[in-house]
Amino acid sequence: MSAIKITNLRKEYKDKAAVKNLNLTIEQGELFALLGVNGAGKTTTIKMLSCLIKPTSGDAELLGHSIVTQPIKVKERINVSPQETAVAPNLSVSENLELVAGIYGNNKFDTKKKAEEMITSFGLSDIAKSRAKTLSGGWQRRLSIAMALISEPQILFLDEPTLGLDVLARRELWNIIRKLKGKVTIILTTHYMEEAESLSDRIAIMTNGEIKAIGTAEELKKQANKDNFEDAFVTLVEKDGAL
Amino acid sequence: MKTIAFASRNAKEILRDKQNLYLGIGFPVILLLLLTAIQSNIPVDIFEIEKLTPGIAVFGLSFISLFSGMLIAKDRTSSFMLRLFTSPLTARDFILGYTLPLLPMALAQVTFCFIVAIVLGLSFNLNILLAIILLIPATVLFIGLGLLCGSIFTDKQVGGICGALLTNLCAWLSGTWFDLDLIGGVFKAIANALPFVHAVDMGKAALARDYSASFLHFWWVCGYAIAIMAIAVFVFTHKMNSDNV
Repeated sequence: MSAIKITNLRKEYKDKAAVKNLNLTIEQGELFALLGVNGAGKTTTIKMLSCLIKPTSGDAELLGHSIVTQPIKVKERINVSPQETAVAPNLSVSENLELVAGIYGNNKFDTKKKAEEMITSFGLSDIAKSRAKTLSGGWQRRLSIAMALISEPQILFLDEPTLGLDVLARRELWNIIRKLKGKVTIILTTHYMEEAESLSDRIAIMTNGEIKAIGTAEELKKQANKDNFEDAFVTLVEKDGAL
Repeated sequence: MKTIAFASRNAKEILRDKQNLYLGIGFPVILLLLLTAIQSNIPVDIFEIEKLTPGIAVFGLSFISLFSGMLIAKDRTSSFMLRLFTSPLTARDFILGYTLPLLPMALAQVTFCFIVAIVLGLSFNLNILLAIILLIPATVLFIGLGLLCGSIFTDKQVGGICGALLTNLCAWLSGTWFDLDLIGGVFKAIANALPFVHAVDMGKAALARDYSASFLHFWWVCGYAIAIMAIAVFVFTHKMNSDNV
């Protein structure tokens, strides 16, 4: 069974189609990147797949469950790290982790145990008792991803996970994401070409609500006849007249 | 378990904001002390402690609307809500999670107000307990108003609407600061059509052992509490299922 099977997924806002009849299959354990300029439809796609908004037409099955008819079953199996850091500001690091474990239905014992495990594996021990609002952007983002993983999702959506982070914090998060490869299906959206090239198994380039190119980073460079991935991206997007 | 986890978070968020505690408990108590001091020097019938206490208790509840409205509006306008809305929490979990921690807080606030009033000379008897119990629908009403405002407005707008407009409406139209008969006319008719004066008069009647009058006002407050809560639940659920969270 595929992790995600998207069939004719479409989202319209008034007269404008943000996503146009998307068809895509993503296998389990794959790290799949969605690239595109602003307004290409990446975030709308992720919002539909994570059951945050309803598609105008079409459907997607996540691990065999429809986002249209079985949203709760889908939500039990996924988690999201939103574009902006999503933490409860007045709660400590450990309380934030316990909150997410709790709202995914874990009992008190499992909640504590999982929070401790995440604190250890994400190197959060020194700040476990600190309130989230007192942490730097890098630590907040790290906590936000730990919160997305504590529910042990089979599919993880990372929306611009390294936006606004310095180079060191970004590299640290890349290492964390690399460790998840193969264990969790990850859908990554990013504006950083280097990030997509370095981390992803496959990359889809979206423009105007449609997938214009799909493949590994090497396949896309070959398709655009470029040595550099950023140049390949620009070529493939410009081909559509989107820039 | 999901609801409890979410409710526990909401309780922590509210209680850890010191401004909430100062406003919610401190301000009504200061008013009670101040007006009792005025009453002891310049006796005014309306500021007698058994008439003043229910009014201050109901006025204090308007801050509960502010706390709940601010929390929901802040959640709604942050990415944290995206995380919550993509979790398996249902609309029921959200509404209970926001409401449950506020009920004991509101009751504690009302009880504390009556304890201070006892210290200031309110005679201690079982009618105080009755007044507190009868004010439970009023706590639901103010929580519902907060849920409704938080579901519609931004945190800044909630600050203005619940922090300024609602507290003033509650103060002027509840008959706490002056006798509504002194103004009469349309003002009194509007006040009587709204639930605030009924909540205060319900408390006053309970303390005066006028149980039939107390229960008459009780049903007014219950009706408003049910209606406002139902509208708040509808609006929150509608927002949750819409494209514009």
